Amino acid sequence: MATTTPLVEMHHISKHFGGIQALSDAHLDLYLGEVLGVLGHNGAGKSTLIKILAGAETANEGSIFIDGHEAHISDPNDARRHGIETIYQELALCGNLHAPANVFMGRELHKWGFLRKRAMKDEADKALSRLNIRIPSLDAEVQSMSGGQRQCISIGRAVHFDTKILIMDEPTAALGMEESKKVMDLIVELKRQGLGIIWISHDIHEVYNFTDRITILNGGRNVITAPTRDFTQDQIVSMIISGRPIKTVAAEG
Amino acid sequence: MIKFEWLKTQPLLWIILVAALMMLVLSFASPYFMTLGNMTNLTKQVSIVAILAAGQAIVIISGGIDLSVGSVLALSAVTIGWLIEQGIDPKIATVAGLAMGTFMGWINGMVITRGKIPPFIATLGMLGIARGMALVITKGVSYQVLEPMFLYIGNSKVLGLPIPLYFVVVVFGVVMVMMHMTVFGRHVYAIGGDERVARLEGIPVDRQKVKIYALSGFLAAVAAVVMVGRLAATPPSVAQGTELQAIAAVIIGGISFVGGRGLVITALVGAFIMAMITNGLNILGISSFYQQVLIGIVIIVAVWLDNLKSSAQ
Repeated sequence: MATTTPLVEMHHISKHFGGIQALSDAHLDLYLGEVLGVLGHNGAGKSTLIKILAGAETANEGSIFIDGHEAHISDPNDARRHGIETIYQELALCGNLHAPANVFMGRELHKWGFLRKRAMKDEADKALSRLNIRIPSLDAEVQSMSGGQRQCISIGRAVHFDTKILIMDEPTAALGMEESKKVMDLIVELKRQGLGIIWISHDIHEVYNFTDRITILNGGRNVITAPTRDFTQDQIVSMIISGRPIKTVAAEG
Repeated sequence: MIKFEWLKTQPLLWIILVAALMMLVLSFASPYFMTLGNMTNLTKQVSIVAILAAGQAIVIISGGIDLSVGSVLALSAVTIGWLIEQGIDPKIATVAGLAMGTFMGWINGMVITRGKIPPFIATLGMLGIARGMALVITKGVSYQVLEPMFLYIGNSKVLGLPIPLYFVVVVFGVVMVMMHMTVFGRHVYAIGGDERVARLEGIPVDRQKVKIYALSGFLAAVAAVVMVGRLAATPPSVAQGTELQAIAAVIIGGISFVGGRGLVITALVGAFIMAMITNGLNILGISSFYQQVLIGIVIIVAVWLDNLKSSAQ
């Protein structure tokens, strides 16, 4: 954590869906070049929290600061303007389109409304090969590709546009073991390039190995935010379940 | 069968071959089929459905459907006829007719996106509303339109080809460029492919849908202009059921009904295939009752072949 100003700060975030309180007074902060794990069981509010940051939901209360400046994020395009990109577990790609169309979806390169297909294909090719992503063909529908290849295209898309903050919502949940490893390697590489990464996962082992700090949510409230290695895996699991912080020597020090 | 397998991955070539085969069979079956007079007749017959099919293709590729185009056509035609009857310049009347069609399509789009009404229901409602309005405006009577401009559109030829054919060519040219070369078209395919993903990736899905249905309404009004020219009148009951013909043309052409897949031009070939069935059977003296049966069968077979194609890929 080289800088003192966090890359992202989310303060006092509350959100309810009808009568259901998904988040109450939740906090989150993320620093440059770190991987922050967001943990909690189903319904703990972690997906809602990051959807608010990604612009897919808007909070009822609370504020978001990016690089110390307040940011108003009300749709995915606002989030992107702040350099926030999201990778969803359900593979947010259109299966009927090829890789370049997916990489540039929603921000196609164009001249007077006419697609610059050549330029997009070249840039998509560069973006994917920079991350060592190999796909069968740039002209093939992504539907014909494996889950791992598709997730790699998502990641290639996410980091192509001058990204500072990468949100990953269970990026390996739908993948096989080998494919997961490929994706994890990619994340280590991205972290080295200095991105701030928010990582949501149910796989405690994965979280323990890849995150620098963790934020645990329970019932829409923060349980604890601390360096991952202050705890054992068992202690983290017990905090996720109980919703109560465990005091350790390291955490107090 | 390797060649056949390859052919199935070429949607345009495939459908053109089917159309060519039909032409061949019909020209052997009847000496009148391939005559200039009959071909002119056929292109005139096909023009209305073809123009509607271009709009329908956009809507269906976006994952929607527009059942209201026949009624919107009638309302636009009636608007033109009524204004001319009031002594208004036919050019202004035409612009007003086009505006009326576009506006009805825009309402479809707003009802679908703001009201969260499924396209099938929203446009089914509009089918009734637009037809009813056409009857209300005219009180059920048909206006005669003897303006030279419309008679020219309906009856003249340029370079030996009937004017409605030029409407079809221009409409398909523009729609093909829009759908295959512009950001607009790319977004239509994305929404048809996966609307949720399109939204997550920041495509303004609702605004895009409003544009799509407005465009479909506009093209229905363009078809109305051709229709007024051909009939030299604006009966409010005109074009009943043509929406289903337009949808059938799109489906026969091989555009996926689920959305996201297909080439616009195949809808034109689909419209020609339908017109050839009707025209060919007329020439052969087969009852029009059978024609409906045959078109029904062709629609189902077309989708069945489409399923075969997708499983081949």
